[in-house]
Amino acid sequence: MMDFSEIVTLIVRSVETGSIYALVGLAMGIIYKASEVPNFAQGEMATFSTFIAFMVLTVHGAPFYVAFVVSLLFAYILGIAFEFLCVRRAKNPTILSMIILTIGLQMVLYGLSGWVFGTEQRAFRLPFSQFETVEIGGVVISHLGLATIIASFVLMCLIYWFLEHTKTGLAMRASQQNSMAARINGISSNRVVNLSFGISSIVGAIAAMLFAPIITLSPDLMWDPLLKGFAAAVLGGFASLPGIVFGGYILALIENLFGLWFSLEYKSVVAMGIIVLVLYIKPSGLFSKHYQRKV
Amino acid sequence: MSNNPFFTVDKISKSFGGLQALKELSFHVNKGEIYSVIGPNGAGKSTLFNCINGIYKPDTGSVKIQGQEITGLRPDQVAAHKISRTFQNIELFSNMTTMDNILLGRHMHMKTGVFSASAMLWKNSFSAKDETEHRRKVDEIIDFLDLQASRNKLVSQLPYGIQKIAELGRALATEPELLLLDEPAAGLTNEEREDLIFWIRDIRDELGITIILIEHNIQMVSEISDRIIAINFGKKLVEGTVQEVTNNPDVVRAYLGAD
Ligand SMILES: Nc1ncnc2c1ncn2[C@@H]1O[C@H](COP(=O)(O)OP(=O)(O)OP(=O)(O)O)[C@@H](O)[C@H]1O
Ligand SMILES: [Mg+2]
Repeated sequence: MMDFSEIVTLIVRSVETGSIYALVGLAMGIIYKASEVPNFAQGEMATFSTFIAFMVLTVHGAPFYVAFVVSLLFAYILGIAFEFLCVRRAKNPTILSMIILTIGLQMVLYGLSGWVFGTEQRAFRLPFSQFETVEIGGVVISHLGLATIIASFVLMCLIYWFLEHTKTGLAMRASQQNSMAARINGISSNRVVNLSFGISSIVGAIAAMLFAPIITLSPDLMWDPLLKGFAAAVLGGFASLPGIVFGGYILALIENLFGLWFSLEYKSVVAMGIIVLVLYIKPSGLFSKHYQRKV
Repeated sequence: MSNNPFFTVDKISKSFGGLQALKELSFHVNKGEIYSVIGPNGAGKSTLFNCINGIYKPDTGSVKIQGQEITGLRPDQVAAHKISRTFQNIELFSNMTTMDNILLGRHMHMKTGVFSASAMLWKNSFSAKDETEHRRKVDEIIDFLDLQASRNKLVSQLPYGIQKIAELGRALATEPELLLLDEPAAGLTNEEREDLIFWIRDIRDELGITIILIEHNIQMVSEISDRIIAINFGKKLVEGTVQEVTNNPDVVRAYLGAD
């Protein structure tokens, strides 16, 4: 069996990868809560934003924080533009037609990033090294890993603070709970949905920028994390943001245990297995928040 | 007065597929009136409210408040014109407390800006002046409507009648000049209904809010209305004082007779 320090190491590693899953899941959850649409373009939106950071870094030789800010700005604009130009235009949309719309954007962005930035693997570096490590309380962790954990945690706190303690966050939560009641209180649901797409896109872009250094940057960067983030959201419950974060960490832990006890090679089937299992055991936890109302 | 009425509905029509729910319906309401809308089930009363407050867009016709055209605006835009409402089937934030529901009615009056921290719902975590002011206003409404016992309870846990009153409180918190009440007394006990009648009068007398009331209970309507409109199949049957409307043979046949 594992000794104590091995267990702690396992948990820290799981928090490290789980942070990425949690952020991707959160990005999807934020849009889902506002519009009941799982956004399958989330990964490509994030990848495209990361390519923007990459261009600013390499072509323009700008410092990292500039690239970071430019990329997030781009991500925000991409998010609100997609909502404003495509999602909002849909006439009498059904959930299925909205999903198809997001898949359409996914394909467009995937093709576009390959065309504009090339399909080769690029090295995307953050100021935090993946190979230099620190030891905290007997656990060895890379600078990048530590930065990932801290950045995700800070971002989650920010999202929490925003939703709980600002007027706009309050409007978003109200709109999610009962959009009819929110609207007659003067809250514009258009604005809430639009903002949700923008914020979600930023969260996704941060996840992608934290993830890109671990592998390499290419148009399919976020395929795997998107599946994992989706699984995390399914596991924790799409309707609950804290649930999604929890789902992200748990998924990473299960994956690591699976890798330890069974097979490293097939670690990825865990996410799929979890999606299927949750759908089988508790499908109501999934896209269940559909109310029919007569006004 | 009739030259420039407070609120006018001019020939609005609305159909759903083949079904015409409203047919060129026109009326006006004077400032400070309690104006009641009666009619049998399916007459188009709720559809009228939905067309006024922007949940539905009327096919044709116009709605004006204080001379300003509000036809076809979205519900949040109509709310900004100081029109608030309650629903036949209560619309509240069921996972929030009565306090927070009514506080959300203050949303339009809260300072704007994405990072304005003035709107925090979490008790004591921040004591911005603005927020204290809104909480004070909400507590006034809670006292006015006798909701003290339900103040910190989730609305989903409240009895139906109390939820209806809480929704009225939410509507009042927006500080409307025109209040649309869709069957506020339905499902209330007799005692609750008596309270409601008292409050509706007070809302008009003390707060100066004009009220349009949809109500099936003809006794209650007779008791508090200044004028009444009876509609059937989306059309005006008759409009006038309580006497005129309740004695009208068409009304008696189409509506009162059916009870
Ligand atoms: N969204 C909708 N889609 C289709 N038909 C509708 C819709 N809303 C209302 N209707 C129809 O319009 C007609 C008028 O409905 P409305 O709800 O306005 O009646 P009402 O006078 O409020 O009746 P009640 O006293 O039962 O509340 C009804 O035939 C109803 O079925
Ligand atoms: Mg009705």
